Amino acid sequence: MGSLALFARLVMASLHGQARYPASALMLTLGQFLVTGIEVITVWALFHRFGDVQGWRIGEVALFYGLVNCMFAFADGLGRGFDVLGTELVRTGTFDRLLLRPRPLALQLMGHDFRINRLGRLLQGLLVLAYATVQASITWTPASILVALFALAGGVALFLGILVLQGTLSFWTTESLEIANVLTYGGVEAAQYPLALYARWFRLLLTFAVPLACVAYYPVLTILGKPDPLGAPAWLGMVSPLAGFVFLAAAFGAWQIGLRRYSSTGS
Amino acid sequence: MLGFIGPNGAGKSTTIKILAGILRPDGGRVEIDGRDPFADRERHVARIGVVFGQRTQLWWDLPVGDGFTLLRDIYRVDPRRFARTRDELVGLLHLERLLDQPVRQLSLGQRMRAEIAAALLHEPDILFLDEPTIGLDAPSKLAVRDFVRRANRERGTTVLLTTHDMHDVEALAERVIVIGHGRVLADCAVEGLRAQVATARRLNDGLPEDAEDEGMTIEAVITRFYAMHGAAEA
Amino acid sequence: MAPHELVRPYVAAFASRFLQMLQYRTAAYAGFATQCWWGGIKVMVLAAFYGGAAAASMPLSLAQAITYTWLAQGLLALLPWLGDPEVAQAVRSGAVAYDRLRPVDAYALWFVRSAGWVAARVLPRVALMLVFAGVALPLAGLDEWAWQPPAGVVAGVGFLVSALLALLLSTSFVMLLNIVAAASLNERGINALAGPIVIVLSGNLLPLSLLPDAWQTTLLLQPLAGVMDIPARIYFGQLGGAQALAGLGLQFFWIALSVAFGRLAMGRTMRRLEVQGG
Repeated sequence: MGSLALFARLVMASLHGQARYPASALMLTLGQFLVTGIEVITVWALFHRFGDVQGWRIGEVALFYGLVNCMFAFADGLGRGFDVLGTELVRTGTFDRLLLRPRPLALQLMGHDFRINRLGRLLQGLLVLAYATVQASITWTPASILVALFALAGGVALFLGILVLQGTLSFWTTESLEIANVLTYGGVEAAQYPLALYARWFRLLLTFAVPLACVAYYPVLTILGKPDPLGAPAWLGMVSPLAGFVFLAAAFGAWQIGLRRYSSTGS
Repeated sequence: MLGFIGPNGAGKSTTIKILAGILRPDGGRVEIDGRDPFADRERHVARIGVVFGQRTQLWWDLPVGDGFTLLRDIYRVDPRRFARTRDELVGLLHLERLLDQPVRQLSLGQRMRAEIAAALLHEPDILFLDEPTIGLDAPSKLAVRDFVRRANRERGTTVLLTTHDMHDVEALAERVIVIGHGRVLADCAVEGLRAQVATARRLNDGLPEDAEDEGMTIEAVITRFYAMHGAAEA
Repeated sequence: MAPHELVRPYVAAFASRFLQMLQYRTAAYAGFATQCWWGGIKVMVLAAFYGGAAAASMPLSLAQAITYTWLAQGLLALLPWLGDPEVAQAVRSGAVAYDRLRPVDAYALWFVRSAGWVAARVLPRVALMLVFAGVALPLAGLDEWAWQPPAGVVAGVGFLVSALLALLLSTSFVMLLNIVAAASLNERGINALAGPIVIVLSGNLLPLSLLPDAWQTTLLLQPLAGVMDIPARIYFGQLGGAQALAGLGLQFFWIALSVAFGRLAMGRTMRRLEVQGG
């Protein structure tokens, strides 16, 4: 069975295991929906009170918000294997077991424990996207849909890359791995809003170090047809999601180094 | 059928991991069937089976049968061939009634039997068993030993067994390698170990050859052997 | 029995749990860095919103909103969205049966141990947060982003009293969660839903004052306001004098109510556990 088909099988096996406890799965998904969704209250309340933020209206911000949450929902689902690498997989010997299978390691990790409750975040992201469409009167042309999909793919790659880095870190230490939450959850929180709101040093960080700007800010500007207050060219949003893929490739480079370390020290 | 024994910390598990391709040695060369286990990982692990005692490779929440089928796909086994192998293993290990049960509901003995079957589904050339009988009750141990012997004799599967239960070694191993302090201390048949210990007792303790030698339990033999080489059990 | 003899088992129970939890230092530091970052992003977003608008008409000034954010991060462990894991463990292992055999009030014993658990997690974090946002940021010249001092000595004292009440309030809610954990064997569902509700209604997500005006009365009166929002308002002097006392009174009211309810529920649960031989 080909690797892609096997990946689908592994995901299905994960889901099957969780579906054996439907009530729990539903509760957890609802919980995720609410936990991720309360941010909407913040955004809405702030706009309700202030009207707009530096020229950005709620519909536009909603587009950022919805897109970023959908990206992370997918990446979070795919990245769980890397997320729990240090805390679960290495400790219990499951990681060794994955090495004993004649399949690419990364693929097995992405299919490992695909959590159904990530659907909760995806759902509220989609709802907010729908709201954004109405509120900001977005007309979804084939071109803008393409930009959105490319941005989504780049964003999934970026967030997955962060999780891969977190997994790589666990080859060196199992302490303080939640520092990566700064980039994942912190990244989502930051990219929910247009980057123009932030101070220059932060914007630079989010453009070149962890290129959230490239997968969210510039593509959304392109979709909205809105000129960048910071002066970047209009076409940037169509190609910038590439940065997400570059980031993922770099993350896998670090991953290889981590694997070499693991294979010489064991656990 | 190779028994691989040594005191705690001697490096048995590490050796198995190196042979399996999980770990990379700092120096020297490893070759199995013309393959470097680490460099050729995917090709190598497709031809080996590994059982770690007390841990299972099956999916916790999935029924045993579903786990087997998933392994079939992971190892790319031909479905018809797989069906035959699986049915045979299920029969020999008495797993019929367990196929529908999630792994989490099985007792340790049942899990080990399912585990051994799982390791053989893809008909590996080599089977590594790391402490397979640990924690099992007596009937389960006998069942496991019996099955491993058959797999070795009838299918020609090379078996490398590490264990702390010396009765496993005595019952199964044709050849025994004893390691200690990272060195090979012996590489012979079990009788060879007995002979070495008996010789040492005659030489060091000044005891004449007598019936007590033949009556030494295998544990006593091994303990004495470790002591002879300064490799005490931890 | 002399008063100090009466409270001896409870003081001992509180102290032992408190000191035990204080040992988990590594966990304290890792989460701390994440929280600084999180707080930082929230502060930046708030500044962006405030930057444009007519800030004078706002219920909270930007400086106050920023201080609130840091305060909320520091007091995060006060939020009662999880039951005390020690209690869940005691229920699972059956050790809870021993509580009935001890010559102390079971509710009170659990209460002080849970209070020790909460306090030991809050105090180090709030201290660290204060050092970061109240000392380090101003030193780095980032005064506008910093944790401002209270609105006066009276406000400061009032805050401390209110914070203590917040601890008691939080503990009484944790007790309710403990009892749910003891009663059903599946507390995961409740925990999943409790989190979001607690985060919003306590003010941790956004200062309650910044939520729509129409909701303000309800928001102030609901029980969770006392966990974070009321202490914060006293800190800023938003609730001064008689109003501050009213705030403290509200906290006290909810404490009394949830303790009473908790004791009732606990009695029934314990009796049921006994019958089941659990």
